[in-house]
Amino acid sequence: MSKEFEPNIIGFLCNWCSYAGADLAGTSRIKYPPNIKSIRVMCSGRVDPVFILEALQKGADGVLVAGCHPGDCHYQSGNYKTNRRIKLLKKLLMEMGIEPNRVRFEYISASEGKKFAQVVTEFVEEIRRMGANPLKQMK
Amino acid sequence: MTEEKKDKIETEKKKKLQFAFYWAASCGGCEIAVLDIDEKILDVVEVADILFWPVALDTKYKDVEAMKDGSIDVCFFNGSIRTEEQEHLAKLLRKKSKVLVAFGSCAVNGGIPGLANLANREEVFNVAYIDNPSTYNPKRIVPKKLTRIKEGKLTLPEFYDTVKTLNQVVDVDYYLPGCPPTPDLIIDAVNSIVENRLPPKGAVLAPLKSVCDECPREKYEKKISEIKRVYEVESIDPNKCLLEQGIICMGPATRGGCNARCLDANMPCTGCGGPTPNSRDQGAKMMSALASILGIEEEEKMSDEKVEELMDQIVDPVGTFYKYGLPSALINRRVMR
Repeated sequence: MSKEFEPNIIGFLCNWCSYAGADLAGTSRIKYPPNIKSIRVMCSGRVDPVFILEALQKGADGVLVAGCHPGDCHYQSGNYKTNRRIKLLKKLLMEMGIEPNRVRFEYISASEGKKFAQVVTEFVEEIRRMGANPLKQMK
Repeated sequence: MTEEKKDKIETEKKKKLQFAFYWAASCGGCEIAVLDIDEKILDVVEVADILFWPVALDTKYKDVEAMKDGSIDVCFFNGSIRTEEQEHLAKLLRKKSKVLVAFGSCAVNGGIPGLANLANREEVFNVAYIDNPSTYNPKRIVPKKLTRIKEGKLTLPEFYDTVKTLNQVVDVDYYLPGCPPTPDLIIDAVNSIVENRLPPKGAVLAPLKSVCDECPREKYEKKISEIKRVYEVESIDPNKCLLEQGIICMGPATRGGCNARCLDANMPCTGCGGPTPNSRDQGAKMMSALASILGIEEEEKMSDEKVEELMDQIVDPVGTFYKYGLPSALINRRVMR
């Protein structure tokens, strides 16, 4: 890939923790790469594996799903379910020849603006090293 | 109305429907399924003539080519598309048919042959013709599109890298899922054609509900701590939901119409009915469902490693969740590097 490759990342952020965390990163003026396109969902448990597969199929280079820390889910257990689903989805991606690390799940609370910025920065760098989503070339 | 007009209408009415059947990349089970409607096949030939059916009639491709466009009323097309010949026939039959029905899982969603999308032509040929314990092929001869011999050229249809569903190649009017479609669904489809009460174009000719809805097994709360293969369970309780017994059953993510007949034989649903209505990806839906019932007892105390171990019990996610539908899935083939 050429040097100008800029990762295109979709972020699904839970309304109660991670989206507020991202908001805090903004209001605290913490810098992080602009490669992430954030989508607010009511709970990380709302993130159907279909959304992630569709994001990848439509050309996203990475997908970040962030939810509340264990024990903090507004709906009791949505974050546990998502953790499981993503672990299983990664196994599928591996079988399909797609780097499983293109999908990442993180616990980010409403007070962790700094963590949000750090996770996004790290993830963008990781995807940059990995290169573009191979599904884009198949089209 | 004059006598003449009446006669004309009568003959119009009596004019039989023109049917065609074709098989592409399939096992032949769908052809058997047509005969599986038993004595009702006689009712079918009462109302319809069969113009083209390679498995039973000696009509040649050139006879089909010679037909007028639209002269086949209904074509039942089974099998997925993996060779040039199949693609050619799909396009030809589309042109000659008023109504094209994708018949069976392979034509609808890609079917078992669609799992070849985990490989490409080279890998498939390797297994089929070279790297196989019962094959002796020291010259490594594999099928080629063109072979030159001293008498001239020999040609074979091209074998594609990627298996496609019928609607990825031509416009399809109706879908009849199942591996194979059950006799009831076939008879319903034929009747709705004969009585001219077909649903709007693009419809799936099967019920809207999932296999679970048709399954008589008792269902309670779904919580499992371990996944088991069918042979690993000493005795399967015939009255209890298989998922609750730890056996992966695709019922929740699969369209019914089969009356849960596999469940009736104490075997789990493997998903031949395809996705339920409004679901874009059968496998992803099933993964979602399964991940939310596996090991949820004391989930708040579970370490990530333990969760990882639980998921490792599912050895082949593609083969398990996309057994009949890889070509129609969101990500429909392996990335080859």
